[in-house]
Amino acid sequence: MSTVSVRLVKGELIMMMIALGRTVAALGLVGLFLLSGQTWAIAADGPVAAPSTSSIDQALTQVTSEDESIRDAAIRLLIEQGDVSLVPRLDEIRANADRSVRQPIKQLMDLFKNRAKLTSPNTDVRRSAATDLGTSGKPSAIPWLDAASANEPNRWVRYTMEESAALLKLASDDPSIKAAAADTLGNLRSQNGVPVLKQLVEAGAAAEATEPQKTVAKAAGAAIERIETWGVWSNVFETIFRGISLSSILLVMSIGLAIVFGLMGVINMAHGELMMVGAYATFDTQEIFKAFLPPSMFESYFLTAMPVAFLAAAGFGLVLEATVIRFLYGRPLETMLATWGVSLVMMQAARVYFGDLTAVIAPGWLSGGAQVMVGVYLPFNRIFIIGMSIVCILGVYLVLFRSSLGLRVRAVMQNRNMSACLGIPTRKVDAYTFAFGSGLAGVAGWALTLVGNVDPGLGQNYIVDAFMVVVTGGVGKLAGTIVASLGIGGLNKLIEPSFGAVYGKVFILVMVILFLQWRPSGLFAMKGRNAD
Amino acid sequence: MTDGTTNTNRGGGLAFWVVGFVLLVAMPLLNVMPPEDSWLHLSDFSLNRFGKFLAFAILALGLDLIWGYTGILSLGQGVFFGLGAYCMGMHLMLTIGKESVYGSDLPDFMVWNQVKALPFFWKPFFSFPGAVLGSILVPMLFASVFGFFAFRSRIKGVYFAIITQALALAAWLVFNRNDTNLGGTNGLTDFKQVIGYRLSDASTQLGLYILTVLCLGGAYLLCRWIIASRAGRVLIAVRDSEQRVVFSGYTPANYKLFVFVVAAGLAGLAGMLYVPQVGIITPAQIGVLPSLEMVIWVAVGGRGSLSGAVLGAVIVNYGRSILTNYFPGLWPFILGGLFVLVVLLFPDGLVGIIRKGKSLLGQRKASVGKAPVPEGER
Repeated sequence: MSTVSVRLVKGELIMMMIALGRTVAALGLVGLFLLSGQTWAIAADGPVAAPSTSSIDQALTQVTSEDESIRDAAIRLLIEQGDVSLVPRLDEIRANADRSVRQPIKQLMDLFKNRAKLTSPNTDVRRSAATDLGTSGKPSAIPWLDAASANEPNRWVRYTMEESAALLKLASDDPSIKAAAADTLGNLRSQNGVPVLKQLVEAGAAAEATEPQKTVAKAAGAAIERIETWGVWSNVFETIFRGISLSSILLVMSIGLAIVFGLMGVINMAHGELMMVGAYATFDTQEIFKAFLPPSMFESYFLTAMPVAFLAAAGFGLVLEATVIRFLYGRPLETMLATWGVSLVMMQAARVYFGDLTAVIAPGWLSGGAQVMVGVYLPFNRIFIIGMSIVCILGVYLVLFRSSLGLRVRAVMQNRNMSACLGIPTRKVDAYTFAFGSGLAGVAGWALTLVGNVDPGLGQNYIVDAFMVVVTGGVGKLAGTIVASLGIGGLNKLIEPSFGAVYGKVFILVMVILFLQWRPSGLFAMKGRNAD
Repeated sequence: MTDGTTNTNRGGGLAFWVVGFVLLVAMPLLNVMPPEDSWLHLSDFSLNRFGKFLAFAILALGLDLIWGYTGILSLGQGVFFGLGAYCMGMHLMLTIGKESVYGSDLPDFMVWNQVKALPFFWKPFFSFPGAVLGSILVPMLFASVFGFFAFRSRIKGVYFAIITQALALAAWLVFNRNDTNLGGTNGLTDFKQVIGYRLSDASTQLGLYILTVLCLGGAYLLCRWIIASRAGRVLIAVRDSEQRVVFSGYTPANYKLFVFVVAAGLAGLAGMLYVPQVGIITPAQIGVLPSLEMVIWVAVGGRGSLSGAVLGAVIVNYGRSILTNYFPGLWPFILGGLFVLVVLLFPDGLVGIIRKGKSLLGQRKASVGKAPVPEGER
């Protein structure tokens, strides 16, 4: 009996069973899984609370023993009775120890540290400690994990603890414990369990497999099936989320472009550079906060940067309109070229002034993410951008449809000459609308600092996509832009896994061209008499 | 229809032959005849560089035809240029043969990428006539497919410009890939010979220069012929008012497709002549920015005037060549400034300025009239 298990779990389990009946009992209870977790935890606290000092001291001297069996016995005793307070002493012993015994002492220390971390107030620390224990391969951690998970308030930390305990139990000798652990992993939809479960299935399929092995394999197979079905669904969910996330980025980028295009028939090639202005405004705000304000206020820089980015880009837009675009109304192609020239100049100016490497530090409350389901982790910054794009759309809607400026903008969009006759200052409306659209570009740039670096090429990376959205969406209707960015963003993420990013883009281009066959002026074209 | 074409044609006869003589006879003679240290001597490098500019001028002619005369702004001419250049480049890669670094029959980059057999689409380019034909026909074929769909659905103006720009981006992405077996980011280079002549020889480069001049002359005559023809009149009419052309019973889409395909062919020809002279073609030459630079050549020279396109291509590239040498950080400012200045202040480019100067000096009758300013769609 002992030779096999010594090989399997390095002797620990068996020796422990012989030496400490209480642990056996505890393991048996653990086999029933969680039902008795709470009571057991109370029971197990006893020896830890009052360890026999002399035996620990003795064991500490024995861990460096040259006799392997004495050494192993000492380590087992320490695992059983010791706690994190031994770490400094162990560290000392390890520093003076022979190279061959350092490794087990290090493992022992890690085990103690992780055990202590299980009760840390920080959820991330608790979680990573549970993960580490799960991969440590030390069955003695099972009762610790069970005890901790019983008292764990955070759902996802508890999940990790249960998963780790089940992973450790999979290495047990008892087939019923193994099968129960496989079942638990299946219940938990644990992706981490799949490799070990697959090994169990293979072992059960082998010709020399025993009956208990086959039972375990059956449980493992069922667990894998459940995990994989879940994996497919969580994959679908993540793809949808990524698609919406990309769509929202496309949307904030193209909404300003679409408004300007709708009003003036002008494609502003410098739109990307106005986003760059917004991004650099964010960067500057961050630097100013860093330099002049107490560190406690630093976190709030990001929200402050939003109006700054809007105003900075809107200011650039006003200047651009007054110096270049004003002279080119009615000549869309010329405007395109001129604004492209402006974009080249702005890009190079940013390169000269800021250099190539500037990064915005995302504020603390936007780092990390939320786990919504097993295996589905949504980063906060993406969620933030999605929310922000919705806010942007609402803002644009309010400005366009609930303000007097919006009324004028829409009037000029519909019929420029008639509006002028009715006394609307069309030139002023043009200027304000252009500034508004530019400000939206600035807000887009502000948001983009969350997902990428701030560099002079920032606008160029996204601008063609934004154009595609505007062309597909058509002119003059907000809905067109929204639907087009959802469509292009979603399609992009849908086909990216199978085509790859590059061919995905090519595919989208082909789709857009084919789409324009069907609807030459976009999804939601303005209805009217302008046949040309 | 008092437009630029009639102008250039009238006074153009003599100028054409003078420029032709300078390019075809005088410059090669200055390269060959005077001793190396003479101030009259034109170095091999200068001649070769000039040959490159003239190849660009061929492309500019095509672009002028579609933009200046027909009013279609294509921001994807670099794609057609690239297709032509890659066709010739593939032939030149294949003629390297065992001279390559790895001594393999396959091009070096395929050896790096562990491609064992030559991909099927490389095979036609073993033959030189195949490569020449391919350089011109492949871009034309591609343009006809793309143009068919674009013009059929009446994509025009800004929409067309954006779609072609996306095309340039897509082509750039695809050519950058290693798995398309076109050399990836490094492109095609390290050419040794063309139809048996060593590319490193000055005489080969002189021959290529003369060939480029002849092609440019031919392209110029072709464009002039197209513009003077009935079809050319329709093209100009499409630019000025497409609606009226439709109402007059023409189908603008066909004419647009025709001129788009011709321009693509000229771009391919330019790419074909460019590759052996420069010795390298990479995706960097066919992306969004290069395609836009091509537009600025024509804008600077003067759109709606064939000589302006040639002039613009040579001058802008010459300026670029000098400025990037001395002030590398300054070129984007100048290029961007050129875009804005030309569009705002000199919509007819250099040719327009020259014409204005002439009419101010009163050397020509006032009846010459202004060169056309193409109108937008709205």
